[in-house]
Amino acid sequence: MNITEKILANASGKKMVQPGEIVDANVDMIMVHDLTGPLAIEAFKKIGTEKVWNNQKVVMILDHQVPAESIKAAELHKTMRQFAKDQKLRIYDVGRGGICHQVMPEQGHVIPGTVIVGADSHTCTYGAFGAFATGIGSTEAAAVFATGKIWLKVPEAIKINVSGKFSKYITAKDLVLNIIGILGVDGAIYKSVEFTGPTIREMSTAGRMTVCNMAVEMGAKNGIVEPDGTTSKFLQGRVKTMPAFEALKSDKDATYERTVVFNVAELEPQVACPSSVDNVKPVSEVNNVPIEQAFIGSCTNGRIEDLRLAAQVIKDKKVKDGVRALVIPASQEIYMQALTEGLIEIFTAAGAVVCGSACGPCLGGHIGLLAAEEICVSTSNRNFIGRMGSKKASVYLASPATVAASAVAGKITDPRTLEAKQ
Amino acid sequence: MKVTGPAIKFGNNIDTDVILPGKYLVLLDPYELAEHALEGLDSNFPGKAKKGIIIVGGKNFGCGSSREQAPLALKYSGAKCIIAESFARIFFRNAINIGLPVIECKGISATVDNGDELTVDFEAGTVQNLSKGKSFQVAKLPPFILEILADGGLIENLRRRMKK
Repeated sequence: MNITEKILANASGKKMVQPGEIVDANVDMIMVHDLTGPLAIEAFKKIGTEKVWNNQKVVMILDHQVPAESIKAAELHKTMRQFAKDQKLRIYDVGRGGICHQVMPEQGHVIPGTVIVGADSHTCTYGAFGAFATGIGSTEAAAVFATGKIWLKVPEAIKINVSGKFSKYITAKDLVLNIIGILGVDGAIYKSVEFTGPTIREMSTAGRMTVCNMAVEMGAKNGIVEPDGTTSKFLQGRVKTMPAFEALKSDKDATYERTVVFNVAELEPQVACPSSVDNVKPVSEVNNVPIEQAFIGSCTNGRIEDLRLAAQVIKDKKVKDGVRALVIPASQEIYMQALTEGLIEIFTAAGAVVCGSACGPCLGGHIGLLAAEEICVSTSNRNFIGRMGSKKASVYLASPATVAASAVAGKITDPRTLEAKQ
Repeated sequence: MKVTGPAIKFGNNIDTDVILPGKYLVLLDPYELAEHALEGLDSNFPGKAKKGIIIVGGKNFGCGSSREQAPLALKYSGAKCIIAESFARIFFRNAINIGLPVIECKGISATVDNGDELTVDFEAGTVQNLSKGKSFQVAKLPPFILEILADGGLIENLRRRMKK
């Protein structure tokens, strides 16, 4: 069995599972946020069960419309706070957490080998720690609140084997955009995607999270990386119990629907052009697209490593006149770290605005929305029509280095050429 | 369970941001959500769907976010069922969980025009285009999913099962 099959077999009390089989899995952790939680609460109340099945296994995080930008959002937040209080649930409120997919592993809610479901499509991020993690909707979340169980079809798996060393300013984001460009937005539909190979082994947890985060953008059920020393180093002091990783390795004879091989040695910065995440081109083909907004943040690329890289590019330079640059650390912890390292100062001095930890403009619900005909280059994960505001606006997706370079140049720019010009 | 209605057809990779833009996710009333259904592609959609329609999609219908508000908006705008070449998995589960029937049918897109009268028989696993006289045999949904749909959604299904 591969790692995903092993986790699902264990969670459903079976010795062995096969792709296509439907299992009734025990859920180890469930997360809802402020745009999916209120509907889940409403649905849960209709079931007629008084208490959630296990209040230690339900986490609520306010991150989308925070701080509340409207009375409607404020009401939703109030509903969540009340439910958390009534049910004695862990809730990460404004100023106490940040983006759900960052807070979950940071606060020790992600344990390798466990089954985690979240009412958000990017729940697949936690696969970076060797957990089986997948997105669900609000009604299903309510059912999990009540029962602690979920039916899952054991997915077929695609193995993505990555080798080669990243050159300067080329990142995990460029890799995953490259993968999605080749596999397509439905290239892994219903499937598990296992990332492996020397490049993944050498990658930081931040990079692995970026890669697993975007597995859903090719339709995958989950993205996953076998846990190792890098995983335990990150989780040490955060999780209460650390399982043995031996049982979380894919067997040598594990079956995969197919294996796809990538090498990052010659990889150029990648850009996903409007309005599909698989419309990926090397930056040299998109150079000179003028921009009005640059966004560095989100559950894909708002980590300290991303901010350091962006700061390195932008340091002692200015955001181009006519460009709004938004920087959003993914969590309070990252925000504090960025403060300590002087990154917030670098961004602010350059003319960028640093906002409180939240999803920000990524989903076009709160701050940093775009007007018609405006163009944003963003480190986030989706460039769909209307994603970031007006349906006549355009979003290009790229790495933190590329977005920072573009903010300085006022147009989509290869971070390597920006440096050469200075 | 059988569903009949005229088709409204869409292309491949219809994402949940065009089905229901993020700015409306603070709305809880499904009828309010329905007023914005598919606003990203066709602002007249709610008017067209009102009489009761069947949506025909291409590949990867409902890709993107896990927002259940997307299938809710479609259901309450008047969509009785969605047939697509394939679905994004979260959307597929969400639709079933809110009691909106969905079924995969390979080759459907190429053979349906807007307004064609379609019938889906979920127990038999058939999709018929009455206007064109064409019929498809499709993979049936597993019995427990048909039960959820027959009950009107997962919550109703769970209530019934927990009473037993």
